Order: sequence, then structure tokens, then C-alpha cells
Amino acid sequence: MTDEQGVSRRRAIALAGAGVAGVTGAVAVGGAFLAKRDDTPGPDARGAIPFDGVHQAGITTAAQDRLHFVAFDVITKDRERLVQMLADWTAAARRMTSGQDAGPIGAMNGIAEAPPDDTGEATGLPPSQLTLTVGFGPSLFTRFGLAKRRPEALADLPAFTGDALDPAISGGDLAVQACANDPQVAVHAIRNLARIGFGVVSVRWSQLGFGRTSSTSTSQATPRNLFGFKDGTKNIKAEEAGLLRDHVWVQDGDGPAWMTGGSYLVARKIRMLIETWDRSSLAEQEMIVGRHKSNGAPLGMAREFDEIDLTAVDDQGEPLVAETAHVRLAHHSTNNGARMLRRGYNFVDGSDGLGRLNAGLFFIAYQRDPRKSFIPVQRSLARMDEMNEYLRHVASAIFACPPGPAGAGEHWGSRLFDA
Amino acid sequence: MRRLIVITAAGALALAGCGSGDPDTPAAGGEKGGPIPVAADDSACKVARAEADAGTSVFSVTNKGQKVTEFYVYAPGDRVMGEVENIAPGLSRELHVELPAGSYETACKPGMIGKGIRAAFTVSGSSAPLTDDAALAAATGSYSRYVKSQTDALLVKTEEFVTAVKAGDVAKAKTLFPIARTYWERIEPVAEIFGDLDPRIDGREEVTEEGMTFGGFHRIEKDLWAAKPDISKDGPIADQLLTDVKEIVAKAQAEKLSPLQLANGAKGLLDEVATGKITGEEDRYSHTDLWDFNANVEGSKAAIAALRPVLEERDAALVKTLDTEFANVDTALAKHRAGDGWKLHDQLSQADLKDLSDAINALAEPISKVAAVVSKK
Repeated sequence: MTDEQGVSRRRAIALAGAGVAGVTGAVAVGGAFLAKRDDTPGPDARGAIPFDGVHQAGITTAAQDRLHFVAFDVITKDRERLVQMLADWTAAARRMTSGQDAGPIGAMNGIAEAPPDDTGEATGLPPSQLTLTVGFGPSLFTRFGLAKRRPEALADLPAFTGDALDPAISGGDLAVQACANDPQVAVHAIRNLARIGFGVVSVRWSQLGFGRTSSTSTSQATPRNLFGFKDGTKNIKAEEAGLLRDHVWVQDGDGPAWMTGGSYLVARKIRMLIETWDRSSLAEQEMIVGRHKSNGAPLGMAREFDEIDLTAVDDQGEPLVAETAHVRLAHHSTNNGARMLRRGYNFVDGSDGLGRLNAGLFFIAYQRDPRKSFIPVQRSLARMDEMNEYLRHVASAIFACPPGPAGAGEHWGSRLFDA
Repeated sequence: MRRLIVITAAGALALAGCGSGDPDTPAAGGEKGGPIPVAADDSACKVARAEADAGTSVFSVTNKGQKVTEFYVYAPGDRVMGEVENIAPGLSRELHVELPAGSYETACKPGMIGKGIRAAFTVSGSSAPLTDDAALAAATGSYSRYVKSQTDALLVKTEEFVTAVKAGDVAKAKTLFPIARTYWERIEPVAEIFGDLDPRIDGREEVTEEGMTFGGFHRIEKDLWAAKPDISKDGPIADQLLTDVKEIVAKAQAEKLSPLQLANGAKGLLDEVATGKITGEEDRYSHTDLWDFNANVEGSKAAIAALRPVLEERDAALVKTLDTEFANVDTALAKHRAGDGWKLHDQLSQADLKDLSDAINALAEPISKVAAVVSKK
């Protein structure tokens, strides 16, 4: 194997970090995290997350701090080249998530005349819990003889009231979600995958995100989004096996077998109209969200994780949580029990031409069936949510994320393209 | 040692032919061993014989058409074994070319564009396989022939361009501008070897150093494509351009290039496309960037073609990839043909440019691996 050479990238740090972190890291330090207000990454934040497994990493993995998400168009007509690239991507992903260089030679060890097979900017950085998660878009299934393998759950999302989508930053045949605790590690991963893919895929759009807006583990404190509110209090957590089974992982019999153990990823780029939001009163903000800004408790409740009471009324007989409040409209009890695992990030793409922050939420959600989760919830939000006055949905995409590769013998495309 | 002689002979003879054929009886005969008549017109390319013995073949090309034409002999992968450019209507030129046994293609290019009118040409007889070093020497020899042919044509076309500018003929100068530049752009990495000659000939306004006047092709371009074109004061600039081109032609023809320089030149030309042509920066006044784009790709292809026997020996899979990706670039570019030339850069949509950019990325990535293959022992 070439591993001996390739381990060079961040050898010392990676190996040291991985030892304590690994799979058990998040659970082991869970208690400590709960006590901390800001859940500053601990030492395990530098370690490595296993790449192979029943499910892909990067879904229930405790949400890392940084995101680089990229969608590709497939530009080759050659199925074999596409499959080979997915195998090459997987090999590079396995290496990079473990803290090695993208290629077996490395960023600095090759001969002088050749461009290095790793771009080098992550040299010396720890694995930083990098996860790389792949997904296939509906448009991919119109080619390569895949039509019969398209799950019914994988279809372009319907138009929602108020959508202001830009097709140039929506959709895509393939997607890779890179999450890490160091933005340079996430960017390095996407850059190297894009390079490997030249001639087979072309980057359609990409998005950087910072400051996760959801926690996906009970070990993590609930972070705040750019509206200043805790976001994702009621999110499904990695520790909730029953909810994951019912709402996140595709089950046997749900559709084509290649997706069993996978999950559907919905991405929405939601621009927040920051300046007008900031001018609204605290009471109005809390009314719109349906939670207290201070600690995230539902209106009328004292603590963040207190169960929301959608029937509670004030002394005037008005509901404590307004009919048009975001939490009410998004709540599973309002949506036939619809749940999903949210994994979004804040984004700031500089400023727009009018001097306003070009900022918002890059919403990511994983679910067993978007027709029973994201679509009904977003329909209800799009129609009534008071928050819409401060939001613009500017991009949309959906991808089928297959189950995790079972080990070195499998790659990202194995389940879809083989057999 | 036989190799050396072959290279010298071919280098000296490739472009040497000039009007020795008889324009009245071109494609009539062609006895085995004698010159092979080629009757070219705007729609046909009749090569009197389709085979020859290994050794020197002589083609006598007569242009009976209305368009200026070119004649090529290609080895597999469009490696140019020999060529004559700029055969004006009514003229005859000879091509002397050394051909080892193998399969070739002949091609006439009426209007000097496209893949040309092709025909198979077979050479039989014995020829010893090249040793490794000889193959590399053959590569640089082959590329030197290419540089010679391109710089000769560059000089001719620059002279015509300069004459038109000095005569105040705006329309003619505008027509000649992208054509003269084609020969320049095909061999630009060679030109870049010679210090400040390249910026003097091809520099853009913003890279003109303090104290220097903005001259060269792009200065004249700016004046030609101004809202009210005025080239009445461009005489000295045109003269200087010709002086500089003459100097660089002489230097380029005397330069001995290494195989590694060929490999890096092939990549450098695609970098030129990616950074200057796709963005429309190169020809910002005339928007004739696609002429330069095509010429860069042709130049890159010529350098790779020269290295082809070495690459086939050492990394056949890479050659296959390069063939595929060169073909994809040609296909992507061909969509933007307009008559004998190209659409203007500002007529392309963002989607068109992205397609071109994707094709160049797909080609440039494997081409970046050629240098390592060439340099490995």
C-alpha cells in the first residue's frame, strides 16, 4: 500500500488526535459540552471521523463548525469514466478524511517536473473531523441508463410560494458536502475533488458556510443563526435511534435497494434580510419565531428544551405561540409528524451592491422521504410563516445520499452503478 | 546517427519548396520515386499516389482554387511530419519530408482552417525503432520544424499587416490582425523565452512599464477598433512591431528547445487560453479572442504531437486521454465557427464560455502530467 508515504500530510497531529477522538469522542465528552455555553471544540475536534460505515459520515456526525458544499454537473457521456471518477473520489476522500494528502504521492514529495497530486494548503493541519458526504441529483438519473434506478422520492422539489430561485445556484447532478472544524480543511477537500473530476464533472455552484445552525448530537449546545435565535432545538439527534430510523434513514422496502441506509438531502439557500430584521422589536422577533431570544425556550415556557404547548393561550384568549409563528408551522405535530435532521450553516457572501450583508442560512436537511418531511413543512411555512417577510429562498437542490461505503472494496458509486 | 541526418534534412527542407512545380500539369503523373503531384482547390485535394517507400517523399502541391491553402502530412495523432503554408491561388510549392514506414494522412486546408481534406498515405519499407534518446531528439526536431513554419508565416503575415496599417487601410488591417496573431499565438511559449520581446510585441496596455510606450499588436488593435479608427500616427509603432517580430523569428528559429520545454509549452498555451482568452482580456478591443484561443490549442497540440512517440512508449493511456480531450476542445470550439473565422468573444454567452472552460480544464489537467512522463528516465 501507499499509505506509508501518504501519511505524511499531518502525520504526527493526525495520529495523535485520532487516537483519542475516533467514534467515541463525541459521546465521551458529551457531558462537558452540555455544560458549556458556546461548545468550543475540544481536542477531539482535531481528530478524524471514520469514512466507511453503514451510513455515510457527515449526517449524524456531531455538526462541525464549517461547511464547503459543492454541486457538480456531469459533463461526460461516458458512464465508465463517471464510475471511475467516483472510485477516484472515494479513494481521495478516504485519504483526506483520515488526514492524509489527496493522492498517494502527496503535496511535496513528488518529482520536481510534475504537479503534486495534492494541492498542499492543508499540509500540517489535523483531520479536523472532516466528513465528505456524496449525493446524486434527480437530473443524473435521466442519463447513464439510470432512469429505472431513480427512487420516486428523488424528484425536483415543487415550487413554493415566494420562491425566488436562481437556477445557476440550484440543482446539480452530484453534490459533495464537506464539513470540518477548520475551513481550510473543508475547502482543501472540495478543491482536490474538483480537480480530480476535471473532464467528467464541472462545478455548478458551491457554498461556504460557518457557524453550524443546528446541533446533531445531544453533546452539542444549540447554536444561533444570523437572526440571533437558537436554531435546531427540536432537531433529531444522533442519539435518538428511533427517530433516525423513522425519519432519517431510508428503510428496506422504501424504494430501490441501493438507497437502503441512505438519506435524502434537501439544500436551500435562504437569504436573510438582516438590516430590516435588526430594526424589528424584540417582541416582534420573538412572536415571529415563537421562542424566547434569550434561551430559546418556547413562548410561555422557561427552558429551551421544555415541550412547546401549541394550545396555550394568554389572558386575552390569544395563542401564546401565534398561528403564524415559525415554530408552530414547522412543528411535527402541525405536519403529520414530519421530522428531519437539520444540518445547516450560516453564510455571508460579502455584501450586495447596496451595502447590505449578503447573508443568511444555508439550510441542509436529511430525511427518509422528502415527500413526507421537507415538502409538507415548507409548504406550510411558505404559505403562512410571518418570518417570510425577512427571508428569500434563492437556491434549492435535492440529492439522494447512498448508504456508507462498506470498506475499501466499495466506492461512492458502487451501490448505484453496480448490479 | 542516421536520426540526426534525417532531422537536419527535414528541418531544412520542410518550408523550402517554392514554385518549382509546373502549374499546368499538376496531378497528371507521379511515377514511383519521383515527386508526388497534389492538385488542391477549394473542395478537393488530389494526391496522385497514396503510398511511398520509406525515406524522403516530395510532394508538389498546386493550388488551383480561389482560397489560400496549406498542405500537411500527418502521423497518427496529427503529428505534423511536414507542411507548407500560405500557398496562394495559382502557385505551386514543394514539400520534402522524411517519412519512416507507417500510416499517415495528407491534408489540404483551403482557407487555412479546419481539419482539412484528408486522405490516407502509407509508407512501407524498413526503419529501425528509435532508441529512447533518439525519440526525444526526434521530438524536438519535429517541433523545431513546426516553429520554423509558424515563424516564417508570422513574418509574412506581420509584414502584410504592417503594410496595411502604414497605408491607412483600416479594413484590411482589421482582417489581417487575427490572422497574423494566429501564428504568434501558436508558438507563444517559445516567444516568451526571449525576455522583453514578448511584451513589446504582445503586451497589453496595463502591463506597459513606466517610461515605455504602449506599442505592439494591441496598441494598433486599440486604434483600429476605436469608435473612430485612427491609425494615421501608427506608422512608427507598426515599424517597431515588424522589427521586433523579425528579431524574435530569427531567435526562435535558432533556439534549441528541450523535450521538457515542449511539455511545459503545451501546458503553458492552455494556461494562456484559461487566463486570457476565455475571459476576453487578450483582444479586448477587437474581441477576436477565439482566433487566439484556437491558435493556442493548435500550438499545444503540435507540441504534444511532437512528443507523441515518446509518450506512446511511456504512457499510452495518457496519450489516449489527451486525444479524447483535444477532440472535445475542438468540438466545443467548432460551435463558434463563423465563416473562415470565429465568432467574437462578446457574442458568446456565459454558458458558452463555461463549456469552453470545462473543455480546457479537462485537457489541461492531463497535459500537466506530460512533463513528468517526458523527464522520467
